[in-house]
Amino acid sequence: MNLTLKVWRQSNANSTGRFETYEAKDVLPDMSFLEMLDVVNEGIIERGQEPIAFDSDCREGICGMCSLVINGIPHGGHRGTATCQLHMRHFEDGQTITIEPWRAKAFPLLKDLVVNRSSFDRIIQSGGFISVNTGGTPDGNAIPVPKTDSDLAMDAAACIGCGACVAACKNASAMLFVAAKVSHLNLLPQGKAEKDRRALNMVHQMDAEGFGNCTVTGSCEAVCPKEISLSFIAKMNRDYGTATLKGK
Amino acid sequence: MALDSKIPSGPIAQKWDKHKFDLKLVNPANKRKFDVIVVGSGLAGASAAATLAELGYKVKCFCFQDSPRRAHSIAAQGGINAAKNYPNDGDSVYRLFYDTIKGGDFRAREANVYRLAQVSVNIIDQCVAQGVPFAREYGGLLDNRSFGGAQVSRTFYARGQTGQQLLLGAYQALSRQIGLGNVQMYPRTEMLELVVIDGHAKGIVVRDLVTGEISSHAGDAVVLGTGGYGNVFYLSTNAKGCNVTATWRAYKKGAYFANPCYTQIHPTCIPVSGEHQSKLTLMSESLRNDGRVWVPKKKEDCGKAPSSIPDADRDYFLERKYPSFGNLAPRDISSRAAKEACDDGRGVGPGGLGVYLDFADAIKRLGEDKVRERYSNLFDMYEKITGENAYRVPMRIYPAVHYTMGGSWVDYNLMSSLPGLFVVGEANFSDHGANRLGASALMQGLADGYFVLPYTIGNYFAGLGVKHEKPTSSHPEFKKAEEAVRSLNNKLLSIKGKRTVTSFHRELGKLLWEKCGMARNEAGLKEALQRIPALREEFWKNVNVTGENGELNQNLEYAGRVADFMEFGELLCRDALHRNESCGGHFRTEFQHPDGEAKRDDENFSYVGAWEYQGPDKPPVLHKEPLVYEEVHMSTRSYK
Repeated sequence: MNLTLKVWRQSNANSTGRFETYEAKDVLPDMSFLEMLDVVNEGIIERGQEPIAFDSDCREGICGMCSLVINGIPHGGHRGTATCQLHMRHFEDGQTITIEPWRAKAFPLLKDLVVNRSSFDRIIQSGGFISVNTGGTPDGNAIPVPKTDSDLAMDAAACIGCGACVAACKNASAMLFVAAKVSHLNLLPQGKAEKDRRALNMVHQMDAEGFGNCTVTGSCEAVCPKEISLSFIAKMNRDYGTATLKGK
Repeated sequence: MALDSKIPSGPIAQKWDKHKFDLKLVNPANKRKFDVIVVGSGLAGASAAATLAELGYKVKCFCFQDSPRRAHSIAAQGGINAAKNYPNDGDSVYRLFYDTIKGGDFRAREANVYRLAQVSVNIIDQCVAQGVPFAREYGGLLDNRSFGGAQVSRTFYARGQTGQQLLLGAYQALSRQIGLGNVQMYPRTEMLELVVIDGHAKGIVVRDLVTGEISSHAGDAVVLGTGGYGNVFYLSTNAKGCNVTATWRAYKKGAYFANPCYTQIHPTCIPVSGEHQSKLTLMSESLRNDGRVWVPKKKEDCGKAPSSIPDADRDYFLERKYPSFGNLAPRDISSRAAKEACDDGRGVGPGGLGVYLDFADAIKRLGEDKVRERYSNLFDMYEKITGENAYRVPMRIYPAVHYTMGGSWVDYNLMSSLPGLFVVGEANFSDHGANRLGASALMQGLADGYFVLPYTIGNYFAGLGVKHEKPTSSHPEFKKAEEAVRSLNNKLLSIKGKRTVTSFHRELGKLLWEKCGMARNEAGLKEALQRIPALREEFWKNVNVTGENGELNQNLEYAGRVADFMEFGELLCRDALHRNESCGGHFRTEFQHPDGEAKRDDENFSYVGAWEYQGPDKPPVLHKEPLVYEEVHMSTRSYK
C-alpha cells in the first residue's frame, strides 16, 4: 500500500517546528509502524536529507522508549499496543497519517519526534522504591503475600513508563504513571513502611515537574499500552489523602 | 600476558566464602574517596551502581537510552533461576551448578558457576524485598516453573515480564541512590572510548547524544555492563540500540575478548516476514512447558492447514529425539533440530522457515483460561505481530540470535585483563560456557551486580590505597581519547557516500548469519573472513552519514556502532574458525557425531580463547585459559 505521512519536524528545542509531507510507498501489511518509518528514513538518507528522529529500542512493547502520536492518538489507538507493536495491516492504501511527538510541558522536545521524559525518572527518584540495601534481606518466602494482592501489584507494575498517558491527557497529567508506581509498592507488605511518604513525595514531585491535574477523563487508560487501570488513581488518591490527614 | 583466572584454592563449596574473607576491605569512611564509573544500566549495571553507591562509593552511571529503566534486560520474559528448592523436587546449589556446567557444554569455569548458583538464592530474597511482584500461589508463597535444560522447577517469574520487573527493581534501587545524591546519572550518553593510564583503566570519553558534546569522566575503576553483541547479525532479538562498542573499544585498549564464537540461537522466535524486518521477537522459552513443537512428516503437507494434518502425520521431533527432556531440550539443541527439519524441506510458513509450536493439547488438558493465565501476554504479542490467534492455530516459530555467551575476558573477580576495568553481565564471558540455559541471564546479571562485584572491586581499591593518585580528566590520555572520538565521528560524517548505514549492517548481518550462524564450517568461515574486510573497506569509502556531530544525530550514533560491528564480525569468525570442535552454541558441521549431535574435542579445546588486540592491520593473538574440571566429570552432553 501507499501512504502519505505528515510528520512533525523540529531541529531542536529552540527552533520552530512544522509538518513535512512524505510519501511512503510499497508499505507491506506485516511491517511494524516503526519499520515503515525506517524504510521512509532510508529513502530520506539516500536523497541526502536528514532522517526523521524518533525514539525506539526494544521494539517489542516493553522498554517504553517508543512514542509517537499517530493520527492524534498516542501509540495509534490500538488497545494495549505500543507504537513499536502497531502493524501496518491496520492502515489502508492511500491513507494520510499524521505523526507528532508527545506534547507536554514536562516533556520538552529534543528533536523531531524525540522528547525528554526525565521528569518521570525524577518522580521515581523521589519515592518510587522500597528503601532496602543489597544484602541482609529475609527469605523470599518469609512474608506470604496473598495472590490477589500480588497480582494487583503486578497489574500496576506492568507500566512501561512511556508517557502516553501524559500525551493523551488534555491536562498533561501524569497521574496514571505515578499511581501505577505508588500502587505497585503500596499494595505489597514490603512497601507498607514507606506508604505515606511515598505517596506524598511522588505527588509533590509530579506537581513540581509541571504535570497538570487529573480530571478523570480516562483518556490515559484508553491509550495505555499496558492497559493500566484508572482505579489505581483512586487508590493513590486514597493513599495521598490518608497520608495528608496523618500530617506526614 | 598469562591469563590468571585467580580462582581461589580449596573445595568448590568453600571457594567463594574463603575468597570473600581473603579480599581486602576498604573502610566505610574511605569508600567515598573512590569514584566508580558504571557504563550501562541493565540488570548488571544498575544493580552494581546501586549497590556500590549504598556501600559509599561515588558512582557515575551512563546509559544511551533516555532512562536507565529501558535497558534491554527489560525484555527478558520467562524467568530467573534460583536454587531455592521451594518445590521440594530435588534442587540444590550443586544441582543448579551441575546443570549450568552441563548446559554450557563443559566450557565454563567451575568456580564461577558454583558461586553463581550459591548467590542465586540471595537474588530472590533481594528482589522480593524490593517489591518485585513474582508470581505466587494462593497460599501467598512464591511459585516456580520449569525451564529448558533442567528437570526441576527452579524458575521464578513475574508473568511473562520477569526481566522488566527485575530491572525495575534494580532501577528503583538505583533511583533511590540518584535521589540521595550518591549516583550521578547520565542518560542519553554513550561511551565511545576507554582511557587507560599507566596500564590501569581510569575513565571514559562519552558523547552526549542530545548536544553531541564529547567529554571525559575520570574514575578509579570502570565497570562495563553493556550487554551482548547479538546485533552483529543485524537481525536478533536484541533491542535496536544494543551494540558491542563499549567492550570492543575496551578490547582495542587491551581488554581481551573471550569466546566470541559462542552465540546463542533461541529456538522460539517469530519467523522473519520480509526484508524490512528490523528485529526479531522472542516468544519465551517458557511456552515450551506447554507447547509441543512439530512439523509435518511429509513435505507435501507443509502447505496444508495444521489442523487438517492428523497426529500420525506429525513429527514431534523434539519429543522423538530427546524423550526425557522432550520440548524442554536446551536451546542450542532445539534450535538445530528445528533447522534440520526446515533444511529437510518440512518447514512451515513463508519460505519454509518455521516450525509449529502447538498449544492444542495444553488447551484440552488445562482449559483455555489456564493457558491464558500463564501466557496471555505472549499470545497477545504473537497476534500483534503475525495477526494470528495462537489459541486457534499453532504458533510458527524459528530460531534467532538471542544471547551471546562470549564477551570481555574476566577473572574470578570480574576484572578484565586491564586492571581497573571490570565487566559484568552479558558483556563478560564468564558463566555460561558455550551455551546458556534459559532463565540464567537474569540470574547472572544480578549476581554480578548485587553480590559479586561489590566485594571484588573493594579488593582492587584497597590495593590502590587511599592515598593513590587521583586520575583527572585533564590528563593527556583523556585529551588524546577525546581527539580520537572526534576524528572518528568527523571521518564518518565526511564520507558522504552512496549507501546507508543500515544497508551495510544488513549485509554484514546476513553474511554472518549464513557463514557463522547456527552451523559453521571452515570454508564458509574463510569466505566470511575474506568478505568482511572488503565490506568494511567499502563502508569507510561509501557510507552516507547525514547531519552533524553537534546535535541529536541517530544516524551518526548508529554508524559508530556498525563500524565496530564491522571489525568485531571478523574476530567472531576468526574465533569460530580456530575452534575445531562443536560445543554448545558453536556448531561446526565438520565436527559432529553420526546422529548429528555436537562433537566436542576436550583434548584440544578445553580452554577459554581470549583474543588480544595487536593493532588495526595485525591479527590478534590468542591466549588460552585452560578449563580444569575438578568437580564435574566431563561427559558427552545428552538430553535423550
